[in-house]
Amino acid sequence: MNGIVIAIIVVAAIGLVCGIMLSVASKLMAVPVDETFEKVRACLPGANCGACGFNGCDGYANELASGNCTEANRCTPGGQDAATGIAEILGLESGSVVPMVARVCCRGSYDNTGDKFDWEGEEKCTSSLLLFGGKNDCIYGCVGYGECADVCPQNAICIKDNLAHVMPEYCIGCGLCVKTCPSSVIELVPRSSKYIVVCNNCTRGREAMTVCKASCIGCGKCEKTCEHGAITLTNNLADIDQEKCVQCGACVEACPRKCIVEL
Amino acid sequence: MSAAGFVAILLTSILVENYVLSKFLAICSFLGVSKNLKSAMGMSAAVIFVMVVATVATWPIYYFILEPNGLGYLQTIVFILVIASLVQFVEMFLKKSAPALYTALGIFLPLITTNCAVLGVVVLNITKSYSLPESIVNSLGAGIGYMLAMFLFNGVRSKCDNADVPKPFKGVAITLVAASLVSLSFMGFTGIVSGIFGEV
Repeated sequence: MNGIVIAIIVVAAIGLVCGIMLSVASKLMAVPVDETFEKVRACLPGANCGACGFNGCDGYANELASGNCTEANRCTPGGQDAATGIAEILGLESGSVVPMVARVCCRGSYDNTGDKFDWEGEEKCTSSLLLFGGKNDCIYGCVGYGECADVCPQNAICIKDNLAHVMPEYCIGCGLCVKTCPSSVIELVPRSSKYIVVCNNCTRGREAMTVCKASCIGCGKCEKTCEHGAITLTNNLADIDQEKCVQCGACVEACPRKCIVEL
Repeated sequence: MSAAGFVAILLTSILVENYVLSKFLAICSFLGVSKNLKSAMGMSAAVIFVMVVATVATWPIYYFILEPNGLGYLQTIVFILVIASLVQFVEMFLKKSAPALYTALGIFLPLITTNCAVLGVVVLNITKSYSLPESIVNSLGAGIGYMLAMFLFNGVRSKCDNADVPKPFKGVAITLVAASLVSLSFMGFTGIVSGIFGEV
């Protein structure tokens, strides 16, 4: 009986001492936390994607709270809500946030194109591209080893049949994949735009035609069809200016290679 | 105890009785954090630090409070209590006085609270009836051994990442196989310390 009492007393005493020590320490060593930082941080989504150009959400909130950064609209995943919230707390102009989404501008799956050779090295896009511009027939297209999928913080990219696909419902528009893709085949486009050119091939006519069944051959039909001057042909590749585009869809009809698509 | 004795204890706890690879403690953090060299080193630094501090705190508690009262059987629960509050205290202290070190150790300090290698080393110090200086050297060695294991295994893992692993072995499977092979290689150190310094 006595032993139990001593044991209880000893453990309780040690617990008490630890507890008192901790509570005293928490009073003595309290570090004042900047309230603005906490509030600003609460407006951000916490994806830590780095789209704002700072070191994660904490980094951006810190820069905003300390006044080093005065742009409230740098968080793409947070969108307009985050920008308005931050602007309210700090008394800044909220500015506008265009919700963006990443799109893979290539249709080079194995249905449309093939491989020049078998690649048996490291299964990474950058490694494959070191040799003869990659294993694919088309050197401008998606290599399909999914380096973009590796960096995506939302797992919104999947590789299917040697081609990367972005699932727009999960994409937060941070642009990490755009920066990562060694073939520059992924683009950030406004969520509202309906028509995009899904090819990245800069060669002309026959050459573009032989490497892929779904390539832009630079014929310029879309440029002539577009009444609003939204399409220009640069480097044998059609380019839609999303600001001028009125979403009429005439170019989709005109394209003989079906490489302008409606989303 | 002579200097050679301390060196023997240090080498034993680093190589022969490596806490991760021979005693199989702290496997969770060993597999979880070793993916990235920077965080592996951060975690190891925090482990070394906490192990030494925990030893300094628990050794007197055992020999001055528990043992005189015949409460040796309470060591596990008391040590857990002490280590947990100690880590909390150290975290607060660092936040206040050394913010740079605090951000460097970051998430690793609170994680270590429940690291079984830390508890293991303080309990084994008592079991082996080491004196206080010996205990400190032993926990230092255990921490360094943890760092060594993390460093080696990080290299092995980056090799695994770049290798063409057969599909059934991908991911966790190949990591566990690799860990067991690294552990096997540490079996080669058996007897090396007693061979050099004689039985300790």
